[in-house]
Amino acid sequence: MTTRPTLAVHKFSSCDGCQLQILNMEDEILDLAEVIDIAYFLEATRDARPGPYTISMVEGSVTTEHEVERIKKIRQESTILISIGTCATAGGIQALRNVADADEYANIVYPNPEYLSYLKEASPISEYVDVDMELWGCPVNKKQLLEVIVALLQNRRPVLPQSSVCMECKQAGTICVLVSEGVPCLGPVTQAGCGAICPANGRGCFGCFGPQDGANTDSLSDILTDIERYPGETKRLYSNISNFAPAFYEATRKLTD
Amino acid sequence: MSQEKLEIGSTYALPKAEFDNLLARLKEKGFETLGAKVDHETLVYEPISALADLPQGYISEQKAGEFRLKKTHHKRYFDYIPGAHSWKQFLFPSRQELFTLHKNGDGWNTELPDVEQPKYAFIGVRGCELSAIQIQDGIFMREDFTDPTYAKRRQNLFILAVNCLHPAETCFCTSLKTGPKVSPGFDISLTELEDVFLLEIGSEIGRLVLQGLPLEASSAFLLQAAQKGLERAEKKIQRELDTSDLPDLMTKNLDHNHWQEIAERCLSCGNCTQVCPTCFCWDTVDTSDLLGKETKRERVWDSCFNPSYSYYAGGNTRPTISTRYRQWLTHKLGTWKEQYGTLGCVGCGRCIVWCPAGIDLTEEIPLFREEKS
Repeated sequence: MTTRPTLAVHKFSSCDGCQLQILNMEDEILDLAEVIDIAYFLEATRDARPGPYTISMVEGSVTTEHEVERIKKIRQESTILISIGTCATAGGIQALRNVADADEYANIVYPNPEYLSYLKEASPISEYVDVDMELWGCPVNKKQLLEVIVALLQNRRPVLPQSSVCMECKQAGTICVLVSEGVPCLGPVTQAGCGAICPANGRGCFGCFGPQDGANTDSLSDILTDIERYPGETKRLYSNISNFAPAFYEATRKLTD
Repeated sequence: MSQEKLEIGSTYALPKAEFDNLLARLKEKGFETLGAKVDHETLVYEPISALADLPQGYISEQKAGEFRLKKTHHKRYFDYIPGAHSWKQFLFPSRQELFTLHKNGDGWNTELPDVEQPKYAFIGVRGCELSAIQIQDGIFMREDFTDPTYAKRRQNLFILAVNCLHPAETCFCTSLKTGPKVSPGFDISLTELEDVFLLEIGSEIGRLVLQGLPLEASSAFLLQAAQKGLERAEKKIQRELDTSDLPDLMTKNLDHNHWQEIAERCLSCGNCTQVCPTCFCWDTVDTSDLLGKETKRERVWDSCFNPSYSYYAGGNTRPTISTRYRQWLTHKLGTWKEQYGTLGCVGCGRCIVWCPAGIDLTEEIPLFREEKS
């Protein structure tokens, strides 16, 4: 078993929820530990070993100078680097400061903001280093995490849907909340992979899996603007967890003009 | 009424209160009865066990991109027009295991899924829906290839059809000649009048199911009421799809600039294909376990609107929304005819209602008749 690939799980600016998805693999985690050497995963074990690592999974966005240096080092130590979760792939909710004044936020929140050291922008991992794969979601879907690991072990391409969330709703028999209730939903422009959890519970999709490749946000913006329950609702929907994903950022900007 | 008088092709009246006995009969014969139910302000097709499960008093108001279920004061059970669910999901499930391989030494053992298929009775199949099932029959039960799951479920199937007396604004079955009256192919067809259900027997199994129920002979008065209802329904259907120049209109306008105009609104989300009762595209997906001991192959609904659908070695043959929409519509209303002998549309209107952008093919098609600019 000495040839087992090593896995490292790193945390950047984030809530730890995506790392918890790995720990949530209750049925699979023992098998995972058998086929892969978990070398660095502070959320799970204090037995942390230095690199190099075969696979590094990175959670969180880059928000400090220190993190910039850390991610560069991790890139050098990792054969495969995978960003996991919306913070790592798009900047996350903290990227809202990219369109605001970060200093002003700091002054409101902290009694002594002068102790803080932060960058003006919260950025996805890919802003600073080359990323081999991105798994979106807030949090990431544990089935997708597993699929990627299995595919890497078996040297095949992982099966990850490129369709819209609508496909997952329809295949699960979930009735469209947008069409049947007028609930604003980003499903038609959002990448599938979550299993369409929100619409299944009567909520509109808030786009945590990020924009689908080639998403027609212009058309959806027109549709959603017509059914807004309060002015600016559509803009707020785009400027949520995936706000800094280019397609949603652009959609927000167009609705601001 | 004595039982030996029941005849295929004849129509009888059943008091509404006796309908539960009809459902019980189907259960006795091993059928799982499925029908429309109200769930979270909308309609779904699910197991039903009594008339009371049906959406009594409800109508569904439908327009492009909008579906609203409304409770009314009437007491009828079949005034609703179906929602996003279609019977396709039971005959051609959205996800279905094809086989599982188990590692055995250096080789693999193949495990085929349970060959026993469920025995369904569909309660409330509309004319358009029956035509859609018949179109999918031609796809999944061909002479050169028959899909075993579909064929078994289809052979097991009992169809209780319903004549539509209250079509929705988005219905255009009259253009495709699929409704509002159901065409042959049902086991029983039902017309709902105020106090009774008129039942026409369409098959031997339909006759056997009804045998022994307290049926009345249908009077001329009842038959006339049903006929009047159907005539009113037909008049109510205002939406039209002129099919006279199809499929040529589609196949000869591949470079029409209207494709681009539609693409500006189309979300490429795939909703139209998933709710369409005739769309049948699927993908095969493999999943395997961490230890490499097991791998499963499944068939999953796909859509020509998905970016991965047209991805082949070297690139995507339909990289834009306009090319994907064109693929869908030119197949549905064009090349489908050459492939399967009919158009792929039955006029149910689902693609209009469940398109978040409200793209309405009955409004788009005439625009292809106009000159290209």
